[in-house]
Amino acid sequence: MTYEPKNLRVVGTRPIRHDGADKVTGRANYASDFTLPGMLWGRVLRSPHAHAKVISINTDKAIALPGVKAVITGADLVLPDAGITQAGESAINTQHLAKNLLARDKVFYDGHPVAAVAAISDAIAQQALGLIEVEYEVLPHVIDVDDAVKDDAPLLHDDIFTEGVEPRPEKPSNIAKRIVVAKGDVAKGFAEADFVIERTYTSKPVHQGYIEPQGVVANYAEDGQAMVWCSSQGQFLIRDLCANMLGLETSSLKVIPAEIGGGFGGKTTVYLEPLALMLSKASGRPVKMAMTRGEVLRATGPTSGGSYTTKIGAMKDGTIVAAEVVLKFQAGAFPGSPVGAAVMFCSAPYDIPNLSITGYDVVVNLPKIHAYRAPGAPNGAFAFETVLDELARELKMDPIDFRAKNSAVEGSKSPYGPTHGPLGGIECLSSAKNHPHYKANLGPNQGRGVASGFWINIGGQSAATVVVNRDGTIALVEGCPDIGGTRASLAMMCAEVLGIAAEKVRPSIVDTTAIAFNDVTGGSRVTFATGIAVVQATEDAVRQMRERAAKMWDIDVEQVGWRDGAAQELNGNRSLTIAQIAQKAAKTGGQIMGHASINASGAGPSLTTHLCDVEVDRETGKVTILRYTTFQDAGKAVHPSYVEGQMQGGAAQGIGWALNEEYIHDAQGRLENPGFLDYRMPVASDLPMIDAVIIEVPNPNHPFGVRGVGEAPIVPPLAAIANAIYDATGVRMRDLPFSPPKVLAALEAAEKAKG
Amino acid sequence: MQYQSPASIEEAVAALASIGGARVLAGGTDLLVQLRSGTASPAAVIDVKNIAALRAITETADGFRIGAAVCGAEITDHAALVAAWPGVAEAAGLIGSTQVQGRASLGGNVCNASPAADTTPALIAARAVAEIVGPNGRRSIPVEQIATGPGKTSLAEGEIVVSFLLPRRPARSADAYLRLIPRTEMDIAVAGAGVNLTLDADGTIADARVGIGAVAPTALVLDAAPGILVGTKCDEATLAKLAEAAGAAARPIDDKRGTVDYRRKVVGVLAKRAALIAYERAKGAR
Ligand SMILES: Cc1cc2nc3c(=O)[nH]c(=O)nc-3n(C[C@H](O)[C@H](O)[C@H](O)COP(=O)(O)OP(=O)(O)OC[C@H]3O[C@@H](n4cnc5c(N)ncnc54)[C@H](O)[C@@H]3O)c2cc1C
Repeated sequence: MTYEPKNLRVVGTRPIRHDGADKVTGRANYASDFTLPGMLWGRVLRSPHAHAKVISINTDKAIALPGVKAVITGADLVLPDAGITQAGESAINTQHLAKNLLARDKVFYDGHPVAAVAAISDAIAQQALGLIEVEYEVLPHVIDVDDAVKDDAPLLHDDIFTEGVEPRPEKPSNIAKRIVVAKGDVAKGFAEADFVIERTYTSKPVHQGYIEPQGVVANYAEDGQAMVWCSSQGQFLIRDLCANMLGLETSSLKVIPAEIGGGFGGKTTVYLEPLALMLSKASGRPVKMAMTRGEVLRATGPTSGGSYTTKIGAMKDGTIVAAEVVLKFQAGAFPGSPVGAAVMFCSAPYDIPNLSITGYDVVVNLPKIHAYRAPGAPNGAFAFETVLDELARELKMDPIDFRAKNSAVEGSKSPYGPTHGPLGGIECLSSAKNHPHYKANLGPNQGRGVASGFWINIGGQSAATVVVNRDGTIALVEGCPDIGGTRASLAMMCAEVLGIAAEKVRPSIVDTTAIAFNDVTGGSRVTFATGIAVVQATEDAVRQMRERAAKMWDIDVEQVGWRDGAAQELNGNRSLTIAQIAQKAAKTGGQIMGHASINASGAGPSLTTHLCDVEVDRETGKVTILRYTTFQDAGKAVHPSYVEGQMQGGAAQGIGWALNEEYIHDAQGRLENPGFLDYRMPVASDLPMIDAVIIEVPNPNHPFGVRGVGEAPIVPPLAAIANAIYDATGVRMRDLPFSPPKVLAALEAAEKAKG
Repeated sequence: MQYQSPASIEEAVAALASIGGARVLAGGTDLLVQLRSGTASPAAVIDVKNIAALRAITETADGFRIGAAVCGAEITDHAALVAAWPGVAEAAGLIGSTQVQGRASLGGNVCNASPAADTTPALIAARAVAEIVGPNGRRSIPVEQIATGPGKTSLAEGEIVVSFLLPRRPARSADAYLRLIPRTEMDIAVAGAGVNLTLDADGTIADARVGIGAVAPTALVLDAAPGILVGTKCDEATLAKLAEAAGAAARPIDDKRGTVDYRRKVVGVLAKRAALIAYERAKGAR
């Protein structure tokens, strides 16, 4: 479908979201709200070691405890055939998944599941965990990425040989993969450059931090039919992964999506669901499982930390001539960090002739890294956009002008291959430059930072059904969990095509048996891809309503148009509203239902620029965010409030990542801060109002011009804040997070260096 | 686990004495967290929130008596108390968040004996006295004598703190409390400092008391403070000395919340900043 400018009546307005009242009143049902008669409670026994051989597991005492109905270990999980399941932006290796769900011969991180129990009460289940005897042989562990790539590093897997190097290495390594993006001749570029700056950065793993911990209820019936109720970013993915793990046919497993309390990419895989199914199968009873916050932080995917080196060369006039970047990402226990995205996108806001970007995917003793909002891109942008800031200062150029001069535009070739279509990068930069924020005065110890970001966004498979009710209202049936206001945006696009109010469309997100396959809610794809499916399904329903009207008037369908929610006779003045057609539908051929099932391509990348003002307390090192403004190309903001919400939310998460969030481990590799007290996400009072300026450069591949918006806003904050701290203090922070002790130490070191 | 909610101090003390391992429950913002996480599993909890004497703030000729179970929000809403003891009130007002302050009490904060408890340094600076009732009757001790180490108190089996007494405010006298947390709320102090000053008519400090928190196993009285502050007008050199003394008195640990070095520095910074606030307040006070 292609973009055409239209007069819009619903798209671009701000109706109340369809799921709003349920959410603000607490009526919405999340996974843990669900119960079934006869339900058991499941709990997971987790490794206390960062790296160990599992010598033996004895579950006899646990199973003998009255009230315990099932105990499972890795031995009960048949290793599936090797394969890859696509989960939005991540690819899930099914054998690694199985080994992550329940450890087999080795545990790879503090929190790695080794057994699970189902009992008649949660207390008994917990007691039973204490009765499981596991004998470990503790092995040396490695978490830091620079340590993990050393020759003498503890080796996690003896069957990982670095992919992407020729010839194939003979020795196994913690480096699972090497990825390179290159064009031109960087050596030549640097030789020509008037200014070259090279810097090294590090960052720690950070967690998605969704409010709702993972939860599930599963029932595996005697006849082999199974049901799962859970909170996820994609019921179809949960179905496919669970079916794969348990060897079930697709039709035997129905997954019912619960309301979701945040996911940010983290809920595009399974942790508890297969265990709950296995426990249910073993016990013959439904099983409920829910993680504690500690379990969420210890054992569900954070995103990678790593170490990054960026070298950029520019001419006196501000033209960037070469960039060389090396990115080492922690993958966690199994391969698959988002380093590839960082390699492709860290330089993507710019058109740089000579480029060499290398990424390393490195296994370490952390939970398996999983997708987090624009996975990989914030790390990459941190290392790239801060060097740009240093270069702009060397060049004595305004940092926005410097970026604009080098911006990728329509027709420039992206680092990752394709030629760009229309892009909003320049528009974001000029909007930022002209914004009052950029001109506002700063006080002592205050500074301003600029950074840009790029996110590709994806399309993928989506389906939608538009059912025309007898009274003319619409049931919009869809299959993508709503994590960002997509019920509203999809219903609005349906209403726009029909020519009725958004409130007349009731969206529902249904189970895996009630609609065709949908990829996960991820990659900022739903308003784009499912939006196209909704528009096509709605157009299908409109076509059918025109046919019915033609039948009712006994004229040719070509004589019937559609306007303002009604069929219109083109050569006359008769019209029939949706309700009038629907009331007669039984007689004219049955209830009207439009449907579409598609694989959308042509998602438009989203570009964004952030402005950030900070104040640094020079005596305590504490950084306060004074003012924050985001500028982002949304293509078309279907519901501007939710676009703004995405921009603000992504910025807030990025601010947390920049200032205080980090995984802290003790000497044994155990997570020391598995709770929100010491894993410091920002609280509301930490943040100023984050202003969101929406730019609209339409995506040619969507009927309303929509681009994804959910992920790009987390990309620039790390660099924007680092640049602002420099502006305030003259000190470059290159190791995340910029927590008070680290900032104070850096300020003091700078004082000392001055002498 | 048993739950009891006595209406009098005597009943509460009797219940505590009769059930081994029973714990007092005030706001529960520490205790319930401990129950949930499994770090405490008492045989009984004795809820003291229905005892009137523990829920009242009264102004007497000797000063203020704050019931041990009075919650933070009641303290920060009490205009006369806030006017007389702004530092104690701001310490209570810092605990947690709006929701937590509807529950969290001074008794709970002090008796939970966290080295980082926010009200303790402020209460120390205020020379607060804790009134304690137990099976052997009533006694009063300075607040700094309650906590003896992380999670440990000097309270005997069956004893409860019933109230805290804050002395009468002399003229030209005020207090202040500051802490450092990496966020703005819902966090735990990396360091804290309470300062209480009384000035002469000409603005010279006549009396000073400083308490510091989160930098040792218990909150500390900064013994050096009167010697540094008294006789000065809180000038920069004095404040620098105070900061240094606070850092030197600290006996912090390295942990995930801060290094030894960082805590020493920051407790000094907080002590001098709190002193300056208290000084300005005292100058403006009646
Ligand atoms: C989200 C959150 C944020 C927090 N933020 C802070 C903060 O910023 N600063 C801070 O200092 N603390 C903080 N806390 C900890 C806690 O809120 C405070 O320590 C609070 O003052 C405890 O009071 P309470 O009435 O809830 O105590 P409870 O939990 O009821 O009791 C705490 C302990 O004291 C004992 N106890 C209570 N009353 C008495 C009594 N009268 N006599 C004898 N023993 C008694 C109890 O048996 C228990 O051991 C926070 C807690 C939470 C959950």
